[in-house]
Amino acid sequence: MNSDKILKNILFIASLLILLISGAMVYSLVRGSMVSFHEFGWKFIISTDWDPTQGREHYGALLFIVGTLFTSIFALLIALPLAFSTSLFVAEYFRNTRVASIVSTLVDLLAGIPSIIYGLWGFYVLRPFIVSIGLSSQGYGIFTSGLILAIMIVPYATSLSNTTIMMVSNELKEAAYSLGATRLEVIWNVILPNARSGITASYILAFGRALGETLAVTMLIGNANIVPTGLFSTGNTMASVIANQFGEASGLQLSALIEIGLLLFVITTIINAIGKFIIKRFA
Amino acid sequence: MHETNMNTKPSILSIEGLSIAYDKDKLAVKDVNATIKKNAITAIMGPSGCGKTTLLRAINRMHELYPNISTQGKIKLYDENIYDMSTIKLRRKIGMVFQRPNPFPTLSIYENVIAGYKLNGIKLKRSERDEIVESSLKDVALWEEVKNSLHKKGNFLSGGQQQRLCIARTLAFKPDVILLDEPTSALDPIATAKIEDLLIDLKENYTIVLVTHNMSQAARISDNAMYMYMGELIEYDETTKIFTNPKNISTQNYITGRFG
Amino acid sequence: MNQTNTLEVKKRIDNIPDKFIGRNLRNRLFLGAVILFSVITISMVFLIIGTMLFKGHNQINWAFFTQTPPNTFEAMMAKSSGKLIPGGIVNGILGSLYLVSIASIIAIPFGVLIGIYLYENSKKRYAGVIRDITDILQGVPSIVIGLIVYLWVVVHVSHGYSVLAGSVALALMMLPLIIRSTEESLKMIPDTLKEAAIALGTPYYKVVLRVLIPTSFTGLITGILLAVSRILGETAPLMLTTLGNPSINWNIVKPVSAVPLLIWQFYNDPNMVDLIWSSTLFLMGFVLLLNLLSKWIGARRKM
Repeated sequence: MNSDKILKNILFIASLLILLISGAMVYSLVRGSMVSFHEFGWKFIISTDWDPTQGREHYGALLFIVGTLFTSIFALLIALPLAFSTSLFVAEYFRNTRVASIVSTLVDLLAGIPSIIYGLWGFYVLRPFIVSIGLSSQGYGIFTSGLILAIMIVPYATSLSNTTIMMVSNELKEAAYSLGATRLEVIWNVILPNARSGITASYILAFGRALGETLAVTMLIGNANIVPTGLFSTGNTMASVIANQFGEASGLQLSALIEIGLLLFVITTIINAIGKFIIKRFA
Repeated sequence: MHETNMNTKPSILSIEGLSIAYDKDKLAVKDVNATIKKNAITAIMGPSGCGKTTLLRAINRMHELYPNISTQGKIKLYDENIYDMSTIKLRRKIGMVFQRPNPFPTLSIYENVIAGYKLNGIKLKRSERDEIVESSLKDVALWEEVKNSLHKKGNFLSGGQQQRLCIARTLAFKPDVILLDEPTSALDPIATAKIEDLLIDLKENYTIVLVTHNMSQAARISDNAMYMYMGELIEYDETTKIFTNPKNISTQNYITGRFG
Repeated sequence: MNQTNTLEVKKRIDNIPDKFIGRNLRNRLFLGAVILFSVITISMVFLIIGTMLFKGHNQINWAFFTQTPPNTFEAMMAKSSGKLIPGGIVNGILGSLYLVSIASIIAIPFGVLIGIYLYENSKKRYAGVIRDITDILQGVPSIVIGLIVYLWVVVHVSHGYSVLAGSVALALMMLPLIIRSTEESLKMIPDTLKEAAIALGTPYYKVVLRVLIPTSFTGLITGILLAVSRILGETAPLMLTTLGNPSINWNIVKPVSAVPLLIWQFYNDPNMVDLIWSSTLFLMGFVLLLNLLSKWIGARRKM
């Protein structure tokens, strides 16, 4: 009896660790941003300045917020047809066949490749290719980094989609077939409407993953502190600027970087929470 | 297979030398020959695994949904071989109702009834759609119960009502033949009785083929009955004859409950 | 029912022109597109791994595993005379091992305990909150984790970049993965097993230690392997916590190198390009091996 209580208490205390960690994370980020917040207030979020020159330091996050959103949305748009097709391949068309499990394993491998390797591949293989076909002079920018990002998030988008698609019952599909529908029509009219929430949630979660990606994007986006003007323009993201400037930053600049980190934390948490909420409602 | 005295009635489906195999050598249906009579209820019965469901599904080619199926022989609908027809066209003439009621959960009752049209991309005028929905629901005796909730989703309906909704969905195409795969096995006795009465009403305008594992159901409502065993059609005759004077010993054993 | 109406409707239906050909065509085209896009997705795996194999295989030799990297001058000399760059990445390999070990020591006990807690109390609202926060934690970008651990450890504890900071950062990333996989593995134990043990009067802690954990052991191992493979390749958090070290270091409050950090260093130095490919080949080979190993163990469990 006594040992039972002890164990239960230990387990409970362990669970408190999660609360402790999450609280401490928020606390540290906020505290580290204080200097910057006192200096710039809420305008930090909408300012596109980024000037580290001593004497007239002025920082703002908007450049990076735009860059992050731009790359991630572009990545999601590219990833959508790829992930959706792969899901249909594995969960519907070739479901339960050997081919499907091979494809599924390969997609999982995509998730296992470290991001620095994606960055290197993008830098040494994709970038010259894009330059060689004339799309861009140097190959850096939203387009290149977005493409790599797209490949990185495909596995995240497919895994949940697969589960939801496979859960659409056979009986519903058979009902549609017996009414004369083609396979495409069954997918469009029966599978999609009934798997809608899971598929949406998976894309939202993939989007969240894209927002926080650092290395691969840093190596390909050009690290230019400008507002991106077009698909092939260079730019910068929240994660990249932290990675790049952290080493030499101190004082106000460091605080500004931490504040950007806080913003990134908040944005990704909200996106992930929305994704989870959708999953809960559908389950 | 012995057919007698049914010959006087017109037929609608002719099954000729039908054999179906899964995986090369396992024959689920062996050389079945039979003609289904128009405007009659034909029951297909037999123990589990005898091939009755495979045979039923072969009539609207639903068995082709599964891989490694090979089919030999013909089935003719009014002299046209269904295996030469487009499945889309075929399934409008031959509809199917399944064992467990399967209305589309994301669609309203109204939308469920005309789901067939929507799936096939057939555009109808509003008045035509309303007419089809109303007449199909009336044909299954569901109209009065749902006419005020047509635009709600059907999950508040009981099992029996849902099944009738599925039948209405099939009727919306005014098919020539309706296939039913153990349609009442998931329903309680009262709902079962209602569906059985419904089928007897429907045979006036439709041809009904029904797989059932419930012999008394076959005896109650069918005009003709097929008895299958191990993929073969053992006996096929008017229901009264099969149940009172079966010609084959296997049939007799099944009917008297020796197995199955 | 009005029969003439029905027959009229039927005639009308039978006469509706239908675009079978269009529908069948679209059906086939869609399948074609699905296959095409799936092939494109899959081929990325081959392209990436292939590039690494092609470019990196000749630089992998005994020195690769036993020596530290050359300085940039040595590398440049070797390149200009067409020889292989001397040296290797032993400091990174050992550093990575050090970091992963400490991170595992931190994350595995807590992760398993919390996983057990969630399993035992799954119906309580509090447990739901913990589970949700764990999932949110999993989604925190790795650079933000690095930032936070910098503030916690580098500033306040080790007063400088250190193994400890790097390990804590990696542990934070492993924790949610281990918690979830522990809970999922425990959920797969049939209730009857647990009930049998309790019915025999076994004290709770013994049920956990002698029944639950051993039965779900392969699941736990799979989860741990996956978590390790995930953090082996992480660069961003390490950039902010342990930075790197040109030599091997065993002091926990001093910085250490790691394979991804070395790769990043090589990337930034034009003379070291060749070393990049061998290092990435090694890293990726290791990570994928762990991945496949955990899948294999997981598959065995199901038998």
